[in-house]
Amino acid sequence: MAALTPISRKPFWLVALITGGFGAFFGLFFGTANGSGPMGVLIGAALMIGLAFVYIALIRNERLGRGMTFVAGGVLGFAAGGIPLAVIGGLLGAVAGWLIYWAYEGRYRSYIAPYLTWYQVLWHYGFRVICGIIFIFLITPILVVLPLSFNAQNFFTFTPEMLRFDPAGYSLKHYQDFFSNNEWQRSFKNSLIIAPIATVISVTLGTLAAIGLSQSHVPGRRAIMAIMISPMIVPLIISATGMFFFYSQIGNWMEGTLGLDKNLVGYIKVILAHAVLGIPFVIITVTATLVGFDRSLTRAAANMGADPVTTFFRVQMPLILPGVISGGLFAFITSFDEVVVVLFVGSASQKTLPWQMFTGLREQISPTILAVATILVVISIALLTTLELLRRRSERLRGMSPG
Amino acid sequence: MSQTKTNGPVLAADGTPLKKSLARALRVEKTRALMLIAPLLIFVLISFIIPIVSMLFRSVDNRIVDNTIPYTVAELAKWQPEGEALPPESLFEALYYDMFLAAEAKQHTRLGSRFNYEESGFSSLFRKSGRALDDLGKDYLKELKAVDRSWGDADVWYDLMSGGEGATRDTAFAEAVVGRISRLESTTLNAANGFAPSAEIVALLPKTAEAYTTFANFTWLVDEASRRPGEEPYSAEELAGDKPWESVYPALIQDLQTADVSAYAGPQADKLRALAEAKSAFAPPVFKSTFAEIDKDWADAETWQIMKAHSVKYTNGYFLNAVDMKRTPDGAQIQDEDKRVLLKLFGRTMWMSLVITSMCVLLGYPVAWILANLPARSANLLMILVLLPFWTSLLVRTSAWKVMLQQQGVINDVLVWLGFLADDDRLIIINNATGTIIAMTHILLPFMILPMYSVMQTIQPTYLRAAKSLGATNWTAFWRVYFPQSIPGIGAGSILVFILAIGYYITPEIVGGNKGVFISNRIAYHISTSLNWGLAAALGSILLGAVLILYWAYDKIVGIDNVKLG
Repeated sequence: MAALTPISRKPFWLVALITGGFGAFFGLFFGTANGSGPMGVLIGAALMIGLAFVYIALIRNERLGRGMTFVAGGVLGFAAGGIPLAVIGGLLGAVAGWLIYWAYEGRYRSYIAPYLTWYQVLWHYGFRVICGIIFIFLITPILVVLPLSFNAQNFFTFTPEMLRFDPAGYSLKHYQDFFSNNEWQRSFKNSLIIAPIATVISVTLGTLAAIGLSQSHVPGRRAIMAIMISPMIVPLIISATGMFFFYSQIGNWMEGTLGLDKNLVGYIKVILAHAVLGIPFVIITVTATLVGFDRSLTRAAANMGADPVTTFFRVQMPLILPGVISGGLFAFITSFDEVVVVLFVGSASQKTLPWQMFTGLREQISPTILAVATILVVISIALLTTLELLRRRSERLRGMSPG
Repeated sequence: MSQTKTNGPVLAADGTPLKKSLARALRVEKTRALMLIAPLLIFVLISFIIPIVSMLFRSVDNRIVDNTIPYTVAELAKWQPEGEALPPESLFEALYYDMFLAAEAKQHTRLGSRFNYEESGFSSLFRKSGRALDDLGKDYLKELKAVDRSWGDADVWYDLMSGGEGATRDTAFAEAVVGRISRLESTTLNAANGFAPSAEIVALLPKTAEAYTTFANFTWLVDEASRRPGEEPYSAEELAGDKPWESVYPALIQDLQTADVSAYAGPQADKLRALAEAKSAFAPPVFKSTFAEIDKDWADAETWQIMKAHSVKYTNGYFLNAVDMKRTPDGAQIQDEDKRVLLKLFGRTMWMSLVITSMCVLLGYPVAWILANLPARSANLLMILVLLPFWTSLLVRTSAWKVMLQQQGVINDVLVWLGFLADDDRLIIINNATGTIIAMTHILLPFMILPMYSVMQTIQPTYLRAAKSLGATNWTAFWRVYFPQSIPGIGAGSILVFILAIGYYITPEIVGGNKGVFISNRIAYHISTSLNWGLAAALGSILLGAVLILYWAYDKIVGIDNVKLG
């Protein structure tokens, strides 16, 4: 983005204010960590203002100044507490050096409208800091899980070894446990059996119904839509109890009258229950894709002699495929992530991964859960990427530029 | 313009009137659309809507009482309680025969637990009584045997009751008995496969005939049938070798008090006459004292009044329980102090959902704003930070919060390390309401940001600039121009988050402890632990009602067709 506003150097009192505030803020942390908050604030602010003065009045070389603060921060940190503090110190030094020149050269004005008053500028940056904090809130829990899953101890918290970046503090043993423990492996296998089959059922039925719903004259369209979306709206615990009674009767009937194997019946029950839960997502995404579908294409196909089935597979399907796949992904993740319904409908031999995690969290707490969590985060990143690529493809197909 | 025929209807190419032809085309289109929708609609209706409706029906269903002890229920309906007065002997008698069958079918404990939900003590009372009922019959059997030893023989009884070869059987009587057993066992049994007593004996000894027919058909159609599936079925010959239940002996004594056996000429007539002559030696059963001996609670009018209050087929009792009231003989009353937890729990669920929703609005609004106003490239990058938690498994996020919030967890460790907290003064932010609120705000935040973002994207930034150039201050421009346009997004997000929050189960269960659980956790408890399904269904109905109202509001504000994902 090109600069909006020509920039000019700022008076020293402004630089002192900004850098002093920065120093005071971090000084507070170091101060409280070492026993006295106010002293930390004073020392931090004085240090930063002094540094700014030295750079602006004496050194007058940006590259040299920033390099020096970075190295000095790193060395000080290392002297104080080894590698972890050296990293933090180096980072702080780099930010401090950058901040001094950012304030002095007036760079903060560069990308915002020239007519803003000083407090508008302050709000502009203050607002970004607030948003940054919220983003940190959003992402921290997920980021905390990743390193903890490599913990060599059976703790749910960072050990001193981990904080020292000591290789002895890290290990893959929780992953080993996940891949060698029968209980975990069986539940993982169950999830991999149940989720895909449930997804296929909900995608097949859901796509057909969405196509039906997108026709122009459907009697009772709103009521039908409401019924089909209801599995998403009804609280899971209510769906689960309803299905608990229903599927225990169905299960008895299948075992008694049809003479099916108990285990198989268990899987059928869970798969059908999950298929219902996935349907709203398929309906919603496919209907949304069909809104942009040009109906004259099917007419053109019919005009050229294609029967409805050919038209569907050769013309309509390729165009709505991105919507179908993303609906399928939603259905898959719904089933893969679902625990309440399977808890009620399934029996122990249908234990899925989330169920195993749930019991793990409630009863025998083991860090293997964190290893599983990390694996699931990786899976969801893969799904997210796929979905984003699909979205772009869909927009390209419809002649819109990816946004 | 050329002259065409203006009279008559406009015709389509094939000569049919255009109107008709169009109507047919429309009908074909409608049918095709419905055919495409039908499989899914039927699937959802059968495996989702019907189960939920039938689950909700359990909240009023109280037929278990009438199915288990029908005669008692009929007598209870006739009884008008007055103060401490005990009900009449006929009620005790009805309960004796009802309970005898229920105990043989092992259903009396189920009914005991049903009454136990209302008043503790019933469960053990019923279990105890079911065990002790045999004693009365055993005593009478001794007395009968003193007159003639053969009264202890199974075949004598069978002979007497069946009326021997060629006797007219009372099938209607048997059907009534089998119908009752069917309701008790919740199945359909066919009386034609079972035993029917002779019409003569039914007229002469009605109570004995009923007690014996009940025994015979229960043994034949239920007990033995389930014991040997697929094998040789039970037969009349085997029945003739099985000793009847003890309930037939007091029934016979009762019948002999009134029956005139002198004209009876069927099988075992001489034995019956001998018994009738000796009848003055037998004291007729007093069921009132029998029950009072089993447990003194039976001699307490309150026991009977509670049973009367809960002997209706369809009850509002579970709903009253759900709102901390109870159904009593004197109408609905407030529940005892120590049992009043549910209204508080409902209130807490609402309150915490509201807090979570407002936290989501507060945190979500700035983020949605910045996503909608940054250049596309940076916005997409930041969007990942919103979508990644959205796509991450709920269990992963919940376990992450468990790790973060524990007393020895990451947040406490960092605060202690920074010196904000003393090591022995760590924050307790898990297993209470705070933990639930923090974790659920994080989990539901993406559901708030995404709808807000999609609304804010459509707000033209030029409006703000126009407002400012017309002299509005920043605040006025935001509050009067931008904010009103973003309200639909807030509404959509809030309702969505609120709907999701009040039905949450997993996260409160794991990080909520005792003080941070929702009504869902209570429902799960009643379904899987206390087995009070009626109360669970009533709680579920209330929760579902609340959600449906919100859903309706959501539909009005956003429209279900406009729900977008991702």
